[in-house]
Amino acid sequence: MAKVSMTVNGKAASGDVEGRTLLSSFLREQLGLTGTHVGCDTSQCGACVVHVDGKAVKACSMLAQEAEGAEVATIEGQANADGSLNTIQQAFQDHHGLQCGFCTPGMVMSAAALLKDNPKPTEAEIRDYLEGNLCRCTGYHNIVKAIMAASGQDVSSIAAE
Amino acid sequence: MPKDNGIGASPKRREDVRFLTGAGNYTDDINVHGQAHVHFLRADVAHATINSIDTSAAEAMPGVVKIFTGADFAEVGGIPCGWGVTDRHGNPQQEPRHPIIADGTIRHVGEIVAAVVADTLEQARDAAEAIELDLGDKPAVVDMAAALGDGSTKVHEDLTSNLCYDWVFGNPDDDAVQAAFDSAAHVTTLELVNNRLVANPMEPRVAIGDYSRGTDEYTLHTTSQNPHVIRLLMCAFVLGLPEHKVRVIAPDVGGGFGSKIFHYAEEAFCTFAAHACGRAVKWTSTRSEAFISDAHGRDHVTKIELALDADNNFTALRTNTMANMGAYLSTFSTSVPSYLHGTLMAGNYKTPIVQVNVKTVFTNTVPVDAYRGAGRPEATFQLERVIDKAARELGADPIALRRQNFITQFPYETPVALTYDTGDYVATMDKLEEVADVAGFAARRAESEKNGKLRGFGINCYIEACGIAPSNIVGMLGARAGLYDAATVRVNATGTVSVFVGAHSHGQGHETSFPQVVAEMIGIDESMVDIVHGDTGRVPFGMGTYGSRSIAVCGSAMVRATEKIIAKAKKIAAHLMEASDADIELKDGQFTVAGTDKSVAWGDVTLTAYVPHNYPLEELEPGLEETAFYDPANFTYPSGAYACEVEVDPDTGKVSIERFSAADDFGNIINPMIVDGQVHGGLGQGIGQALLENAAYDEDGQLLSASFMDYAMPRADDVPFYQVDHSCQTPCTHNPLGVKGCGEAGAIGSPPAVVNAVIDALQSGGKNVTHIDMPLSPARVWAAMNG
Repeated sequence: MAKVSMTVNGKAASGDVEGRTLLSSFLREQLGLTGTHVGCDTSQCGACVVHVDGKAVKACSMLAQEAEGAEVATIEGQANADGSLNTIQQAFQDHHGLQCGFCTPGMVMSAAALLKDNPKPTEAEIRDYLEGNLCRCTGYHNIVKAIMAASGQDVSSIAAE
Repeated sequence: MPKDNGIGASPKRREDVRFLTGAGNYTDDINVHGQAHVHFLRADVAHATINSIDTSAAEAMPGVVKIFTGADFAEVGGIPCGWGVTDRHGNPQQEPRHPIIADGTIRHVGEIVAAVVADTLEQARDAAEAIELDLGDKPAVVDMAAALGDGSTKVHEDLTSNLCYDWVFGNPDDDAVQAAFDSAAHVTTLELVNNRLVANPMEPRVAIGDYSRGTDEYTLHTTSQNPHVIRLLMCAFVLGLPEHKVRVIAPDVGGGFGSKIFHYAEEAFCTFAAHACGRAVKWTSTRSEAFISDAHGRDHVTKIELALDADNNFTALRTNTMANMGAYLSTFSTSVPSYLHGTLMAGNYKTPIVQVNVKTVFTNTVPVDAYRGAGRPEATFQLERVIDKAARELGADPIALRRQNFITQFPYETPVALTYDTGDYVATMDKLEEVADVAGFAARRAESEKNGKLRGFGINCYIEACGIAPSNIVGMLGARAGLYDAATVRVNATGTVSVFVGAHSHGQGHETSFPQVVAEMIGIDESMVDIVHGDTGRVPFGMGTYGSRSIAVCGSAMVRATEKIIAKAKKIAAHLMEASDADIELKDGQFTVAGTDKSVAWGDVTLTAYVPHNYPLEELEPGLEETAFYDPANFTYPSGAYACEVEVDPDTGKVSIERFSAADDFGNIINPMIVDGQVHGGLGQGIGQALLENAAYDEDGQLLSASFMDYAMPRADDVPFYQVDHSCQTPCTHNPLGVKGCGEAGAIGSPPAVVNAVIDALQSGGKNVTHIDMPLSPARVWAAMNG
């Protein structure tokens, strides 16, 4: 066991972990931040995407000890200070970009990382960026639409509704 | 002006806020004080005799609580099959024992051989590696035709063969059917595979068993679409526990698509082990485990023949299908290739003679059961592919050929036992032609060709049968369950409403859509109504969510219970206003006496029900809570027409979906936004089946595509924006809301359109390709083009 310390959603967090403990396990089991989901064991599904030092990372593919001293952001820290949904979260609700909700935290965290680097992505750029995030419910239609809307683009001409 | 409240409105989903902020409560998010963890040692060979299991070294490992093998479960029941199909000779299906842990023989990769319960998951995993197995390898049977051949190794030694049942449906008279084919002007024949799939909801399965010694009560937290069904099956058939001592909770569930209907060994294990270990036992599936332990879907091999007369009227249809059951019969496995498939073979067409022949087969593979659509996609795929092939052979327009053969009079009794109450297949096809811009296709094809791509247009129709019922009929057909649902409406003294529903929401948005109905009926704001679901300890009874049944069956029960509430509330209001209850009207939450200006508010009446000072106690009980069970008179029959446009790269065989259009008739619609989303999701899965997904086994019974690295799930860049329309609405005639169900349509209706489009593209490039089996991977398409 080794002690690991990091900042999670702006607060200091620490715990004792085995060398094999994944960041996703540390967040879920030790910090109780169960919004970070684990949907696979091959780093494919993206349900566990968090931000580590500002970059989108699959928390299942990083050891907790590798995050020593890092700034980690999870879905639990994304809402506005008054508790209301942030722009991306609100767009997901407005455009029905989620159904069962399991992939959603990873989708929101990936979308945030995308929009940080590319504030007005095209449909193709969004679809390409989401290669690493699987959703089984939505057929991606409303996820892509929600991210376009969150970036301030007019989505009223996109089919269906 | 669209409504913003009640039936037909699209309020934002109330469940979204918790899912978007990480506040959902999925089963793996639950930890019970003092829980231990189980790791299952699963078979890595498909067929073997277990000569011995030595757990002594493992038991000595740190943290190990107890290790279980098949011997520990010798005294409990096997997992039951929920549907007994009678074969063509009147004999029952062959039904092997389905043990919780392998009972001396391993029959598929992934079967549980031993279970290690330890303080931590890591300790359980480490200890499992120290278990020594002595196995006697047996040849694996994977291919269905080989499994039915003389001298095949048997999956179950105690059965007479690998045949589960040999079933005939529709017209059983072989000579009469053959005569129809002999007299046909044209016969089109197609042999095809409906590829084996894995449902892969994004949340893997989880089970936590808990036992209270003080009260002798069990609690099972599980990722289920139907917690009451799990409780019944587990208590009555497997563990022999009193049902009233067992509570099953399915909280937020991360998608199901059928795969979380069934009672699984892990649920029974955790419940049993919690008692045996004296502490809660938790299991969380890895994705790798999910691939080899969740029931798979589809896996049919079919020959279909369509007879037409000289005027291109369909005169007869005959199918011969082999359907894979895997190694054991999962909960609804036997109903899928029989009654959920054969009954759909008439499709949207007035073919007078239909004969469906199905052989179900045991193989050394994971059990196969319902996956989104369950039998109906298999029926639709065959039918809509053979019609397209016939059109091509006859030089007929595929849309015109379908239109010519449409059923146009309703109700319509098919030759395969169903009576369609309503539909308008001409209207949905008209709408599809508009939405899909059929007229503009030639120009789009020319543009694609300029870019060196082949462009194809494919179309299909579908009919779905949702809300399987009524119970007495399905009982005669072999169902071992009723197929009603239940709802309890509890009105609180202050006028807020809790509706306890038997349906389960795991993505469908019931928490938003169900209150829309109750709020509209009473005339109160939706925020005053909540539903409660997914907990046998809170919800009186329910049959769960599958087969697109929730609003049609459980929603109807909710309407009936609300009607009882309103009837009682009117009596209270009549008493308060000193009027006859026949004169009371309820509108916008106000009770009025017809023809007067007297009124009392909803809240006054609900308060009076619980504070019955001025109340007709001699005639009416206090309180305001009502339950209704609803057993539908018939299935509901959503239908529609879908169109797909693809580009095929002639150099690589890669297919890209350029457009996908859907025109559906779901009857009346509660929440259009949610309905659109359901169709989108179904389309994504159907396109996945058509182009990407395949659960492929090698000849030794190893699943080759057993992770997301190998099993090609559809990703965001595999699909386009979809054009979805559901403005054609022929309401269901036999349920109170006139609703039909929309959950599976997209997955049922899309694979044939994709394949038809690819064939059209290849033909346009001068390639004489008439069929390619799904998934239409670049390798398969390229091989077909260059074969």
